[in-house]
Parts: sequence; C-alpha cells; structure tokens
Amino acid sequence: MQVNEKEQAAEIVRRSGTDISKCMQCGKCTAACPAGYKMDIQPHRVVWELINEHVDVLQKAVTPWKCLSCFACAERCPRGVSPAALIESVRLSIIRQQGENCITVEEIPAYIDEKMPQQAIVAAFRKYNK
Amino acid sequence: MIYNYYPGCTLSTKAKLLDLYAKRSGEVLGFELKELVDWQCCGAVYPQADDEIATKLSSVRSLAAAAAIDGKLVTLCSACHHVLKRVNDDMANNSEMRDKVNAYLELDTPYAGETQVIHYLELLRDQVGFDKIAEKVVKPLSGRKIGAYYGCMLLRPAGVMQFDDPENPTILEDFLQALGASPISFDMRNECCGGYMAIKEKGIAQGMVSEILASARNKGVEELITACPLCNYNMDVNAASSEHLPVHYFTELLAEALGVKEEEEN
Repeated sequence: MQVNEKEQAAEIVRRSGTDISKCMQCGKCTAACPAGYKMDIQPHRVVWELINEHVDVLQKAVTPWKCLSCFACAERCPRGVSPAALIESVRLSIIRQQGENCITVEEIPAYIDEKMPQQAIVAAFRKYNK
Repeated sequence: MIYNYYPGCTLSTKAKLLDLYAKRSGEVLGFELKELVDWQCCGAVYPQADDEIATKLSSVRSLAAAAAIDGKLVTLCSACHHVLKRVNDDMANNSEMRDKVNAYLELDTPYAGETQVIHYLELLRDQVGFDKIAEKVVKPLSGRKIGAYYGCMLLRPAGVMQFDDPENPTILEDFLQALGASPISFDMRNECCGGYMAIKEKGIAQGMVSEILASARNKGVEELITACPLCNYNMDVNAASSEHLPVHYFTELLAEALGVKEEEEN
C-alpha cells in the first residue's frame, strides 16, 4: 500500500507519543543537543518539518542517524515535546522498510576493540536495525 | 537483607569490576545481591515508539520475575536501570501496552508495573544510608579530587527516572563525600558521552568526551567515576591522550574505602 507523505507524517507523530502542536519553535532542544552540530536538520526543525507534514526531507537527512537518545532535548523542552522520540520514529519509518537495516553482524568486528562493552553493540543493533 | 539483582549483559564480561565491587561492598554493608534467575537482556536502549512491544518483553519478564519474589529489583548498569524503569513505567501507566504485553506473555499473574526498580546508588542512599556507609569507611579517600560523571541514562527523563535533579544532580557527590573524598562538580557531568555512537561514529563520541573532560579538568578534577560501562568506555578509550583522566566505576571506590579492594587490584 502506498502511503502519502501526509499520512506518513501523522503516523510518525502518533507513534512518537509526543504532541507537536505544543512546540513553539524556541530552539531550546537544539541548544541542548550535543550532536546538533552534526545534524543537517536541527531538532527544532525536525518538529517544524513534521508540523508541516514533510517526511521525505527527514528520511533523506543525516539527522536520524546522529541522535544519541540522550533525552537532553526532551528534558529541557518547556512544553513537554520530545524531539528525541520524533527522530526515533522517523528512523523507524526508514529501517522498518525491507533491506534498510544499517548494520550487519559481519561489520561488527571492524568497529570494536577489546574494551568495547556489549551494551554498545546491543544498543547499536537496536538503533540501526529493525 | 537479600535483594534480587539484575546484572545485565555487560557486568559479567567487560564491566566485571562494577559488579565485583558492588557485591563485595554489599557484604560489608549487610546486604547480598542475588542474581535473578533467567533474567534476559534489557536491550540496552529504551524503545521509544509506542508500537514497540516485542522489544520490551524481555524487560517485562525480568520485572515480573522480581514481582513474584519480593517486588524489588536492584540494577547497577545505568542502561539496564533506564530501560527497566521506563518499561516498568509503561506497564504501570500505559494500559494499551500493558494489555498487549500481558496477552502475549501469558504470565501466571498479569504484570502491571508492581516491581520497584532500585539502582544500587539508591539502595546505598535510601536503604543503607550514606551516613552509615561513612561509619564503615576504613580507608577514607581523603584529598582525592574526584569528579562524578553522571551521563544521561540515570537522570533523564526525570519524570520517569525520579533519580535526582536532572540538571544539578548530587547523589554521586554525596556518595563521594561519605567515602571521605573531595568531590568536584563540573558543568558537563550530565551531558552525553556519545553512547553507542562509539561503534560507527567514533568522531562524535570523541568530540563529546573531549568537551566533558575539558569541563572536568577546568575545575581541577583528577579522576572520574561513572556508573555506566559505556560512559566508562568512552571516557577511557575515546579520550585524547593529552586529556585522558583515570576513570573508575563508583563501586571500585566504595570497595576501596570500605577496605575490601585488594592491593593488587588497585
């Protein structure tokens, strides 16, 4: 079934459990984000794009792959919005499609060293793959 | 006192010291950590989407197992604590998720978030008492300029974690004070270490670690403590050699102050 961008935006927002209508675009989330400088669409703009039902631009951005889920954005939002949950929901809209997993077991040995905790590998699989 | 204990995937392998010294210190302080039978991996990150059910089942199995014993579950790793506490909150407050999870798991007794998830630090503070710990210190960490690095997982989201003030936490400093050390608070103690980015985007982790270490060094910190194996890893491995600080698990210093850390292990 083909889903249009508007429906997809609604699904991404619904799944995130956050109320984007509360966002007042103050940018405090972006100021708080430790990875924001690596993002092409900053956290407050992620909310803005979803308010405007733009999904394609978010799915093509690097932003979904830079979020650390440290929850600084959500903690510091004066309106209770969670850009972290929205970014995760955008990421799920990508990796849940067939063939879109971003890390394979075979790649892992090249990334790790002897001190790397299992926790990091488990976390990466959760974040990069469905 | 015996507590059900959830060690998680990393504590019997890469973060053995975090586990070893927590148990050994417990013996001195009058409690025992008893590993929960058949615990399952929490998944290391909390699945935020509200249609993520399968990824939360393993946490619920552990929570329900603890509920069937005495309703308490002690965690030590920050990530385990974060995931278990948030999934538990979902089970208590999200009826749709609770119904779906229970329908799938078919537990003998349906689970609705009854278990109390207690971090080891909360156990020390609320059950043992930092004042009681101070009385048992035989080797005070006098004069040591130690910075407590909290990271993200214990503190945020504060509404669910209810661990400490998310912007100005003090539990680790209070803990260090009880051990006779001179804790030094630094601005970036509650900022992210780079987390799982250490796998594919090492540069991000290195950048964050550099800022955190600069913040600590500017305040005169000479060694760091963490409660999280991944924070510990990033602070150690992803630090530039010119900025590197010794980093310990908080339980190592507890055992040292209580006199149960062997000399050769120092």
